[in-house]
Amino acid sequence: MKKEFKHPYIPNTSSYTRKKMLEYLGLKDIEDLINKIIPTNLRFKGKLNLPDPLISEVDLKKYINNIIYKNQSCEDLLCFLGGDIWQHYVPSICDEIGMRDEFLTAYTGSPAQAYTDHGRFQAQFEYQSLMAELLDMDVVTMPSWSWGNSAATALRIASRITKRKKVLVINSISPERFNVINQYLYPDLKILKIKIDKNTGMVDLNYLKKVLTDEIAAIYIENPSYYGVIELNGKEISEISHSNNSLLIVGVDPISLGYFKPPSQYGADIVVGTLQPLGLHMNLGGGIAGFLATKNDPNFIQEIPYRITGMVDTLEYDEFGFEEAFYERTSFMVRESPDKSKEFFGTAAGLWAIIAGVYLSLMGPKGMYEIGETILKRTQYAIDKLSEIDGISVPKFKSIHFKNFIIDFSKIKLNIDEINHRLLKYGIIGGLNISDRFKNNALYSVTEIHSKEDIDFLEETLKKIINENKR
Amino acid sequence: MKMITKKKIGFILNPIAGMGGKIGLKGTDGIEIYELISKLGLEPWSPVRGLRFLEFLKKLDNNLKIVVYSDQMGGNLVKNIGFEMISITKNENKKYTSSMDTKIAAKKMLEMGVDIIIFVGGDGTARDIQDSVGINIPVIGVPAGVKMYSSVFASSPETAAKITINYLNGNIKKTIEAEVLDIDENLFRNGIYRVKLYGFLKIPYDNVYYPGSKIPTSENEELNQIEIAQEIINNLDNNIYYIIGPGSTTKRIIKNLNFETSLLGIDIIKGRKLIGSNLNEYKILEIINKNKSKLIITPIGGQGYIFGKGNLEISANVIKKIGGKKNIIIISTRNKIYKLNQKPFLIDTNDKELDERLSGWYKVIVGLNEYMMYKAVPSFNLHS
Amino acid sequence: MGIIKVRKYHQAKWNEPIIFQLNTPDERGFIIPYFNYKKKINVPNKIKRDKLPNLPEISQPKILGHYLRLSQETIGGNIFIHGEATCTMKYNPKINEIISRNSKITELHPLQPIETIQGSLEILYRLDLFLREISGFDKYIFQPGSGAQSIYTMASIIYKYHKVNKNYQKNEIITTLLSHPSNHAAPKTRGFKVIDIPPDPETGLPDIEAFKNAISKKTAGLIICNPEDTEIFNTKINEITKMFHEVGALCAYDQANVNGLLGLVRAKDMGFDIGFFNLHKAFSSPHGSGGPGSGAIGVIKDLQEYLPIPTVEYDEKNNFYYLNYNLKYSVGKIREFYGNFNVIIKAFAWIMSLGEIGLKEVSKTSILNNAYLTKRILSEVKGIDISFPKSPYRVSQTRFTFKKLYEETGITVDDLSRRLADFGFHTYHSHHPWIIPEPFSYEPVETYSKDEIDEFIETLKLVVKEAYENPEFVKNSPYQSSIHKLKDLEMLNDYKKWIPTWRIYLNKYIKR
Repeated sequence: MKKEFKHPYIPNTSSYTRKKMLEYLGLKDIEDLINKIIPTNLRFKGKLNLPDPLISEVDLKKYINNIIYKNQSCEDLLCFLGGDIWQHYVPSICDEIGMRDEFLTAYTGSPAQAYTDHGRFQAQFEYQSLMAELLDMDVVTMPSWSWGNSAATALRIASRITKRKKVLVINSISPERFNVINQYLYPDLKILKIKIDKNTGMVDLNYLKKVLTDEIAAIYIENPSYYGVIELNGKEISEISHSNNSLLIVGVDPISLGYFKPPSQYGADIVVGTLQPLGLHMNLGGGIAGFLATKNDPNFIQEIPYRITGMVDTLEYDEFGFEEAFYERTSFMVRESPDKSKEFFGTAAGLWAIIAGVYLSLMGPKGMYEIGETILKRTQYAIDKLSEIDGISVPKFKSIHFKNFIIDFSKIKLNIDEINHRLLKYGIIGGLNISDRFKNNALYSVTEIHSKEDIDFLEETLKKIINENKR
Repeated sequence: MKMITKKKIGFILNPIAGMGGKIGLKGTDGIEIYELISKLGLEPWSPVRGLRFLEFLKKLDNNLKIVVYSDQMGGNLVKNIGFEMISITKNENKKYTSSMDTKIAAKKMLEMGVDIIIFVGGDGTARDIQDSVGINIPVIGVPAGVKMYSSVFASSPETAAKITINYLNGNIKKTIEAEVLDIDENLFRNGIYRVKLYGFLKIPYDNVYYPGSKIPTSENEELNQIEIAQEIINNLDNNIYYIIGPGSTTKRIIKNLNFETSLLGIDIIKGRKLIGSNLNEYKILEIINKNKSKLIITPIGGQGYIFGKGNLEISANVIKKIGGKKNIIIISTRNKIYKLNQKPFLIDTNDKELDERLSGWYKVIVGLNEYMMYKAVPSFNLHS
Repeated sequence: MGIIKVRKYHQAKWNEPIIFQLNTPDERGFIIPYFNYKKKINVPNKIKRDKLPNLPEISQPKILGHYLRLSQETIGGNIFIHGEATCTMKYNPKINEIISRNSKITELHPLQPIETIQGSLEILYRLDLFLREISGFDKYIFQPGSGAQSIYTMASIIYKYHKVNKNYQKNEIITTLLSHPSNHAAPKTRGFKVIDIPPDPETGLPDIEAFKNAISKKTAGLIICNPEDTEIFNTKINEITKMFHEVGALCAYDQANVNGLLGLVRAKDMGFDIGFFNLHKAFSSPHGSGGPGSGAIGVIKDLQEYLPIPTVEYDEKNNFYYLNYNLKYSVGKIREFYGNFNVIIKAFAWIMSLGEIGLKEVSKTSILNNAYLTKRILSEVKGIDISFPKSPYRVSQTRFTFKKLYEETGITVDDLSRRLADFGFHTYHSHHPWIIPEPFSYEPVETYSKDEIDEFIETLKLVVKEAYENPEFVKNSPYQSSIHKLKDLEMLNDYKKWIPTWRIYLNKYIKR
């Protein structure tokens, strides 16, 4: 007689219950039921080669911890990697709310969700509202899966609105993000690159004016750029764009916007970016989400595929409810639009939205200013400190930098991988190797978690490594 | 403005559900009509349907004012149910009601500013209302009578009540044009029973099976029609003559090409140009005589007929000339298909063999780059 | 045996103000560490924010309290049985949460040196192996963040495959009306023409003849759920996939509804070439109020070169895991980086806890729970019928219809679901389009005990009774929820009236 399998996750493996249920159904065995559903020719009769179950939590935890202890995290090591995901401090309140079982295990889409899920709806409405203030824009959608996804959708939206099939993208954009946009826009839309100025790293305005044609649906720039450069000419770029009837889409790092001007204030039509810096752990690339914001203009709104939470009255005075807004997507542009679809959407980043909302509430206006300022100063300090090292050039671009900056190691005999390999021995994760763009250059990042001592340690370690090699 | 006023709806009950005039039952009244009708096997009959409608309406909202023409044409029922009522005529105790009464009733209700007219009857009643008020006011039909080819009917009295309430409280905001079909009287006098497309009524856009769609598709009937037209235009072969059948969906193609023709007539296009409009069978055959041609049609009416009701100019001869099924393109908005409640399209060309050859699966255009497989069967195969 | 009763429930009702309404000037929620660097950085005014953002100023404990109260007003899947059909709302084990919160998982940068993330890469690789076993496919990646994005990935692979093989005329994807709506929308985004096949009105399954007529030399692929939304298992699936292969098309499998099939049927055996799992559904990772999720895409060997980059590989000789960016025909990147590891680790832990025998038990119990629920509902609940009665056997959820109830009382499934909220229950209707009138579904998964299922059924019976005896009452529910019934829903659809953010509310409805 086969020993019955019981598991704490499956209540009805209780033999007591199982018997009652089978009796009620008039069955001897579940197999009788399964045979009516799955034909024998499709039934898998073999054995799945999976490890024996670790039914006890005691064993499970030990087993998995043994594996993950092979990792060295950015808490074990001093990490200067950034790019488009960074190690920021996650406030305890963000962690606490992000762990709340109710928020963690709720979902969307059930018909009475306005009632059963009123709390998470409100938290998500508040996310939209708080982001709207940070970005100074009226409409903020629920987040998408990533910055790249939001940017790609924003470009498609622009194509549907303008009925044009080309877009301009700043060439300093991260390779990850560019790859995502490229994949999504192909083949309906063509992407052309905008050159950056060799010295400043900002958009080359003359080049921009040259490549702009009446086929351009939108211009996409980032501020700060992937190289950390703060774009000063947003207003000019916006004017150039609009005089050509193209839209301006700006990708931003939201943690900079307490200090720096939000792009809507220099003419951006759609703003996208990443939510990760706002209270989300990196999770090996899992803590990402993309936001999208635009103005309360039906021409724009009717093109947005993302979910938007809307506030609604209830039968009771002084009470408000929430539901998903099903604004009229009656775009009649579809005829001549090169993009013949309205895209798609699904589960994306509901919990991350709630946490980002908590983060913005915690910071408040002063906190957002202060964190922008402190990162700016730490970046500057790092740049200044590292430029004391002989043989390297930093920053590559003569501009204001925020978080990211490039160190030019091209005069050093060691290549980036070698440098990073040696840095690791000292417990430091060095910057990202961007030799595909600039030979033997690396992209370093500094956030509010890097203290003066950390930066000093990086400097002296790099100095040591470079000097060791000179001999 | 004023204080809260009750919504006002018009209610027209045709006590002889659409068959009266045609079978010459004029002049009889009272119990005999009903006995005769039931003897003829004409079930269900309109007062029963009307009652169901009003009862359900009361369940959904008992705060309405109902305008009726007379006691006979619905007043008795409304009083029975207990709605606040306004009667246009003062109980003249007419022996029988006629088309004229329906037409006057509808016109008067339009003048009185009712929000919507609900009628209980069949195609004949629909036609009377269409004659008198056209698309100037939203209308919905409570199905009563035997065959209702027009697509102005709700699927049941209860659904009619739900649509009415949804329209009144703004849940349904849009209206669409729905076909009014009825027996061609001229042919009928010669003993030929054919159903003709007479015109259109405006009905609330009831996308009951697509409520609050959470995905970005077009829930808007007009947009759906524009997309379908664009899909056709994107794929036109400039060497082929396309015969465009009647209906608002098909005529959107003509509109997208910047031409104006009537919704009812048959047109032919080639290479994005209008070759002929409002063509009869003879003219159609003449134009497509030795040329490659295709047919673009949409189901007409609420029963899902693609051939045989309302587009008689597209005769068996025409269909055979274009080469049969493989050159037939069916287009339809999604909502229209869903309203068929999974029942197939129907074919009735009057040539049973051809009907068989035309039946089977069609790749129906339902949007831009969007298709749905849908089945068409000969109507004689179905039980009534 | 546990107690079964219909509860006198009331949801937490805080009438909680919007966060902005908690604003008190000069309160601070969080202080940023000051950095003492004296150098002046010349930031031109044109790029400096001239006014601080209009975020509320709130002290820390107030913020915590606010969000805790909002969480109380949310019925998650662990606090009470959820049942939202097609979403597979099962137990999200707490041990998996604890494991995933280790800083050796949360504080990892995806582009760290490979040697520092061997543990995570091992888990990714081993989950790949597990899923290969379960589905029969040859390689898995985890880049997509959800089911919809997974479908888009599959459509992209199909697209690239035909491009590489120069099948330029193949631009049509066939799916079914009762598969997930994204099966229709996502391929369209990728540029395909999409053909829907409706269900047969009697069996509820797509007609083979319809497939025969839809398939042509233009067919690029099939994207389908099996079972579909109705959870009627299509026993002819092999016949169908064969037809597609005969014209050189690929068959893609949306395995959103896999909870009743684990270890019982394999994707590859049904003739599929590519398929995905939602790790946040059957594999127990929590739904997160709408994400993050994770889509695990599996392919047969011939399609491996098309996967999004990177894949995780294992160098057996050196016992070393690494990322491979060299896939000859890769579709590129669907999304940055290579997956939501926080979700993936939970799926891994779940499978480790259950093993083969456990997975099979999950599916068997889901099937049993649903059969029990279905029989009880059909015998004891008034006004309800099963959809497509010619196919009485369902896998792990049943699509019912409350058409009779509606015709007899005027009560819709929307009304019912609101009244059920008064007892703490979620329900589900159906995906769009609603082929079946007044659809109603409940997915008991393997998590809900018999007692809990019984409680749901008793409550449903009570609510239906109310619908017959006092429809007006049901119509205006809920009464014991956090809020009362919504009104003026058309506000949501009208851009002149809608309120997507607080600032619009203030501008439109307050500042006059």
